[in-house]
Amino acid sequence: MSKNEMTITKRDITEWLETTAVVLKENSQYLTDLDSPIGDADHGINMNRGFKKVTSKLPQVEDNDIGTILKAVGWALITSVGGAGGPLYGTFYMDAGKAVVGKIKLSTNDLIALLNAGLKGVVRIGKTNLGDKTMVDAIHPAVEVLRKTLTNNEDVIKALHCMTDAAYKGMKDTIPMLAKKGRASYLGERSIGHQDPGATSSYLILKTLLETIESRHKSK
Amino acid sequence: MKKLINKPEHVVKEQLEGIALAYPDIVKVHFDPNFIYRADAPVKGKVAIVSGGGSGHEPMHGGFVGFGMLDAACPGEVFTSPTPDQMLEAAKIVNSGEGVLFIVKNYSGDVMNFEMAADLAREEGIRVLNILIDDDVAVKDSLYTQGRRGVGTTVLAEKICGAAAERGYDLKKLANLCRKVNINGRSMGLALTSCTVPAAGKPTFELGEDEMEIGIGIHGEPGRKRIKIKTANEITELLALSIIEDIFYKRTIREWDEGKGEWVDIELEDPTLKHGDKVLAFVNSMGGTPGIELPIVYRKLHEICEKRGLKIIRNLIGPYITSLEMQGCSITLLKMDDEMIELWDAPVKTAGLRWGM
Repeated sequence: MSKNEMTITKRDITEWLETTAVVLKENSQYLTDLDSPIGDADHGINMNRGFKKVTSKLPQVEDNDIGTILKAVGWALITSVGGAGGPLYGTFYMDAGKAVVGKIKLSTNDLIALLNAGLKGVVRIGKTNLGDKTMVDAIHPAVEVLRKTLTNNEDVIKALHCMTDAAYKGMKDTIPMLAKKGRASYLGERSIGHQDPGATSSYLILKTLLETIESRHKSK
Repeated sequence: MKKLINKPEHVVKEQLEGIALAYPDIVKVHFDPNFIYRADAPVKGKVAIVSGGGSGHEPMHGGFVGFGMLDAACPGEVFTSPTPDQMLEAAKIVNSGEGVLFIVKNYSGDVMNFEMAADLAREEGIRVLNILIDDDVAVKDSLYTQGRRGVGTTVLAEKICGAAAERGYDLKKLANLCRKVNINGRSMGLALTSCTVPAAGKPTFELGEDEMEIGIGIHGEPGRKRIKIKTANEITELLALSIIEDIFYKRTIREWDEGKGEWVDIELEDPTLKHGDKVLAFVNSMGGTPGIELPIVYRKLHEICEKRGLKIIRNLIGPYITSLEMQGCSITLLKMDDEMIELWDAPVKTAGLRWGM
């Protein structure tokens, strides 16, 4: 198999999800602290609660295909996170799952399709644009870069690194932005100078994807 | 953090359990998913009204379930929107076949969760219409923001629509009434202190001893501006004039179009308050403000309205839409017509509001 191709297995995906729960738990206070000056101080708490439910549901859906697993993750988040994060992240995983229904392993093209469908879902539900100071500001550049680097025949792990760097930059780019969506938007100019909590949790989720795949495919 | 609670993570559940024990003649409580509903639901021949939102605003919405107001209220975690499964199950229980009206406060989370719930309910054959409340004048425009938040007018809409539903208004007529109440209501709030979400353990923002936060919402989020503390008269003037001088407000919101079978964009306009208008004046405590202070605010509000030719024909004074222990107040002025006055006066029997029966 060339460096540019990789088979992502169901176990890669479920481990990504399990590790995401750990990462969000560890960063719960950090995300909540980010949500204080420009929100209502509950993002970390909500995401932690949501992914706790995801972890409890995973054993029940593990025997299904990847698409079905991701759709179940989406529904678990929709029914537990609440706020804006619930519908947004819930739709992200549900639409991502719809893009890969029936598959028990993924090509790199499938991975792009999955992330892109998730992003489109968020944009549709949130009616968001780039620059509104939201999770889209991290996810959109990340997916763009992943697609570009893989199309240019880059090594998959390298492409995932580039994707994560783009997500990180997108997250940091939200700092000077004026919020146009969500609770932060009520603050007007006081939202400037604060990093968006949704962009931060998105970055953490994508970083976990990189780390999971890198550690599991290291020997290959 | 000093609170009258047990474990922070049990606050919502234990509150619901207490309510179920305290008001068994008015409400029942459903757990997993959580919601409070009328003990006599489903009420035949009547459109059911369901609302909800984050916990922490008590008595809204759970305290408004009963005759003449809500059929069900869905409480999320503190300051967090409830999830679609809550509204779906509630709608299934309270729907008597005449359909369900969702009264939704305009916060991105509430809007999205209630839209998802409406779509799910429709899949199960229940007619649902969603009407937004977006009355908070502190948010200046809607092009570059999420739009005005739903605050004080929510309580008034729930009462007025609740009475209308008892009178047999059909779903379409009820939705139109709710929209009318929304565009005729305007609110503005102010905080003297922050509040502490139990799970967070510390105040959502810090306010100095001599500072106030203007243009707050109801979730302990910071507002538009932070200024030095003023007297009650100055505060009342600030809030009241923001409302009275709020000129035509236009925005685009989404509602379900039953004919087309899809969500459509609707343009709404708030008419400006005019000399000679009859209003309901609602002076609301944010939760921590003592009863002795609200009438002081009302006293000045009355004077201002009189000067501006606004006739206060009804009022509501007290803690009705709160933010945990936040000290502060919000003012709502709702322009009333004869239909709304009659519906406001109609009997209501809930834990939070009760008259005429």
